[in-house]
Amino acid sequence: MSTWFEQNFPNVVYQGWSGDTGWWTAITQTIYMTFWSALFGGLLGLIFGLGLVITSPSGIAPNKTLFWIFDKVVSLFRAIPFIILLAFIAPFTKLIVGTQIGTTASLVPLSLGVFPFYARQVQVALTEVNAGIVEAAQSIGASFWDIVFGVYLREGRSELIRVSTVTLISLIGLTAMAGAIGAGGLGNMAIAYGYNRYATDTTVLATLLVLILVLAVQIIGDVLARRLSHK
Amino acid sequence: MSEPIIALDNITVSFKQKKRTITAVNNVSVHIERGDVYGIVGYSGAGKSTLVRVINLLQEPTSGSVVVNGTTFFKHDANTNDKIRIKNNDLRLRRQKIGMIFQHFNLLNERTVTENVAFALEHSKLSSKEKAQKVADLLALVDLSDRADNYPSQLSGGQKQRVAIARALANDPEILISDEATSALDPKTTNQILALLKSLNQKLGLTVVLITHEMQAVKEIANKVAVMQDGEIIERGSLLEIFAQPKEQLTREFIETATNIDKAIETVGHQPIVHNLAENAVFVRLSYVGKTTDQPLITRLFRDFNVTANILYGNIEVLQGTPVGSLLVILQGTPQAITNAIAALNDNEVDVEKIKGGQSL
Repeated sequence: MSTWFEQNFPNVVYQGWSGDTGWWTAITQTIYMTFWSALFGGLLGLIFGLGLVITSPSGIAPNKTLFWIFDKVVSLFRAIPFIILLAFIAPFTKLIVGTQIGTTASLVPLSLGVFPFYARQVQVALTEVNAGIVEAAQSIGASFWDIVFGVYLREGRSELIRVSTVTLISLIGLTAMAGAIGAGGLGNMAIAYGYNRYATDTTVLATLLVLILVLAVQIIGDVLARRLSHK
Repeated sequence: MSEPIIALDNITVSFKQKKRTITAVNNVSVHIERGDVYGIVGYSGAGKSTLVRVINLLQEPTSGSVVVNGTTFFKHDANTNDKIRIKNNDLRLRRQKIGMIFQHFNLLNERTVTENVAFALEHSKLSSKEKAQKVADLLALVDLSDRADNYPSQLSGGQKQRVAIARALANDPEILISDEATSALDPKTTNQILALLKSLNQKLGLTVVLITHEMQAVKEIANKVAVMQDGEIIERGSLLEIFAQPKEQLTREFIETATNIDKAIETVGHQPIVHNLAENAVFVRLSYVGKTTDQPLITRLFRDFNVTANILYGNIEVLQGTPVGSLLVILQGTPQAITNAIAALNDNEVDVEKIKGGQSL
């Protein structure tokens, strides 16, 4: 078995398991990038998405100026192709993490790249929360934060999980590009060590591993969304 | 007259839409007394929803004054441009004393029945034990104790509305606003909900503001009625006044939907006896209120005037304990006799409206 594998997948074996260019290293890099940028970008996206819904003309605290700011910031960042964003914000990245290359440095552009996408998704998800329910909450004297947490986030919970799943999957896609600034990961493995070296077996395995990751996220997301919905 | 619990004065609500301004409510004043069940009737788009939303400032008026239970919520004089508005925090506290229920129930879908009611008690000073007891009491009041752990999607429309009522009552409000609360329910459930509202009005002294397009609902429980059209109240009065002596065409239309008299006139009109009305006959509608019903009027017509009365249709409603009746009758006799008979009916406070025949009278 192991000889058969070595014969048919020589480049996969050549990459090794742990070392700097190893498979395990690439897997953990991808998971590391996905996790932290999902956390930072997600938080930022949630704040902007909530902001868009709350300050919109039909929201609970309409505010034209704030809405304009949220809307334009999100649109602007969404308009920049991610691969350009990586390079474009390098000075800012250096300011925050001290370096502009490497896995940790990639968290800044990844977070900034994913947050506008998530913000729009959150906006759509929360807009679907029935305005009548919000009005009913206001009529019983609920406070601003009661409505944000108790109505919007609680009623939109299942839908938020669904859009988070979509966002997470697209984020995994973005991490594949982070190899451009030396962040490593499975995408980098597929391109730098697979495609560029004509090592098709490496490309195939890296792709398979990404697929497994995406599938796992999708399944967990679907199950959670279904479990938490009582509609 | 005691001070009204709700005083809306000169309320105007207009919405700006690109280039034109739409006035949903136009200079309307309504005073609602404590303990009233005040019905506001009108077709959709008449502005009744907008008007009641002004009571708890879910809709801020463009001008006018809103005083609830002695507290000024809002006051804006269009001429002097002086504006007073209650502080948001105070408004939240006051809103707890103004319950509201909606056509589409507006329950929190992701919370159980118990959690839905408890949501209204989030800012209550009660201990968690007292809150749980309060929720249980409210659910018992609306007869839903056995559904405490269900989610709204597992309930019928009537049950959902009962949960909404329990939630609206959680902070012991003095006012309950019902915004088309029975419009999405079947007739039987509608009656159950109306009976519940009536009993809350009687048991708790709750003031109910009921807006609806169904005159039937108003007839069941209201003691006062206002009819709205195009953002204005075109007619108002006690239920009895409105039903017995409607002045406006629209009011009549609404009443007819509740009494089916228009349908009856049509149906009866097709009967040969009306269709081929005899020359010495007249087809009339007799309307009367109250004690007149106790007298044998129809018999008197024959005895005193020699006019026969053939009753084709009759409808008697008992509104607030007073009978209100409508009869479709063919009166037959000499023209003079019929004229005298009609005069006698009028003397007895019976309104006579000729529908067919009797040109010579």
